[in-house]
Amino acid sequence: MTRLCIVFDRLRSEEKMLKAEAQSLGCDVSMFDAKTAILNTDTVPEDMPQLGCVVLERCVSYFRGLHMTNMLESMGLPVINTYGVASTCGNKMHMTIRLKRANIPTPKTHFALSSEAAKKVFEIAGYPLVIKPVIGSWGRGVMPIRDHDTLGAIIEARAVTDGPFDRIFYLQEVVQKPPHIKETRDIRVITVGGEPVAAMYRRSAGGFRANVAIGGDPEPCKITPRIAELASAASEAVGGGILGIDMMEDGARCKGKGDGEELVVHEVNNTVEFKGLSKVAEKNIPKSMIQYALGIAKR
Amino acid sequence: MTDCPECDAKLNIPDDADLGEIISCPDCGADYEIVGKDGSEVSLKQAETVGEDWGE
Repeated sequence: MTRLCIVFDRLRSEEKMLKAEAQSLGCDVSMFDAKTAILNTDTVPEDMPQLGCVVLERCVSYFRGLHMTNMLESMGLPVINTYGVASTCGNKMHMTIRLKRANIPTPKTHFALSSEAAKKVFEIAGYPLVIKPVIGSWGRGVMPIRDHDTLGAIIEARAVTDGPFDRIFYLQEVVQKPPHIKETRDIRVITVGGEPVAAMYRRSAGGFRANVAIGGDPEPCKITPRIAELASAASEAVGGGILGIDMMEDGARCKGKGDGEELVVHEVNNTVEFKGLSKVAEKNIPKSMIQYALGIAKR
Repeated sequence: MTDCPECDAKLNIPDDADLGEIISCPDCGADYEIVGKDGSEVSLKQAETVGEDWGE
C-alpha cells in the first residue's frame, strides 16, 4: 500500500478533505505538522517513515512550506509541488516573468527596486497601476494606485515597515473588464498535472479585489477550450503540479475580436485552496489531487 | 469540555477534531491550535497569527 504524507502547519478543511479522499482510495495516509519537523543533513526517509513515499506540501506559511519542501527533496522524497514550482509561484515577480517568457497573455507589469524607481515608473506609465506585494496572498496589500497622493502614502508606509520585500515594487496595469461584464470578477482554475479540473468565477464583495479569502463570492465557471488551453500553458510555464491559475477577462484585448473571451493570466498559486470550489465543482477536486500524487509515487 | 485559557469560557471542541486544527473561543475570539489529544483530554496552544507569507 502506498503511504502518502500530507504536510501541514494549520489543519484546514482542504487538508481534511485530502486525508479523507486518500483513505477512501485505500491509501495509507499520514499527517505531518511541519512545525514539529527536526531534520538534519544526515536524515534519510527511513528515519521518518511517516513521510511515506510521496508528500503533499500544504503549509499555509509560504516560507515554512518552501523550506520543508527543500529538506524533503534533499532526502530524495517526491514532493508536490516541487521546490522549483513553489519558489516560482511564491514570488509574483518570478511567476510573472515565467508567464511572459512562455508567451502567455499576462498584464503588463513594471518592476522597480527602490521607491525612487517606483515613482519614475508612474512618471513613465502614468496612473493607475496596481501594486502587489511580491510575497503574499489572499489579496493582502493589493490596491490600485490612482494618484500621486496614494503613491506617496504607500511608499511612506513601506519605508516604515522596511522589510526586504518592501523595497521590491511590483506594479501592474489595471485590466479593464469587457463592457458586457458588470461585476468585478476573475476566474480561478485548478489544474492537476496540467489538466484543468474545476473553475469558478470569484466576484468581488464590493471592492477592487475578488479573492474568496476576503469575501469574494464563488460561482461555477465552465471550462471553455480557451480557459483550458491557458490554464495548461500556465501550469507548464511554472513547472506543473497542483496549482490555482487566476485569469481576468480583458476588455482591451477583446476589442475587434468579437468572441468576448480574451483572457490574461495574472497569477499562479502554489498551495491552492479549494473548499469553496469543491462544493460546486463537477469533479472531485481532492480525489484528483490524491490520484495525481499516487501517480507521482509510482514513478 | 475545555476552558479558554484567556477568558475561561467553555470551548466546544468536536470529538473528531484532529491535531493541528484551530479552535476559536466563542466569547473572546482567541484562536487555539489542538496540539494533543488523549481521550477527552485536549491540549491547546495559542494559534499562530496570520503571517505576511500566509496564503495560497
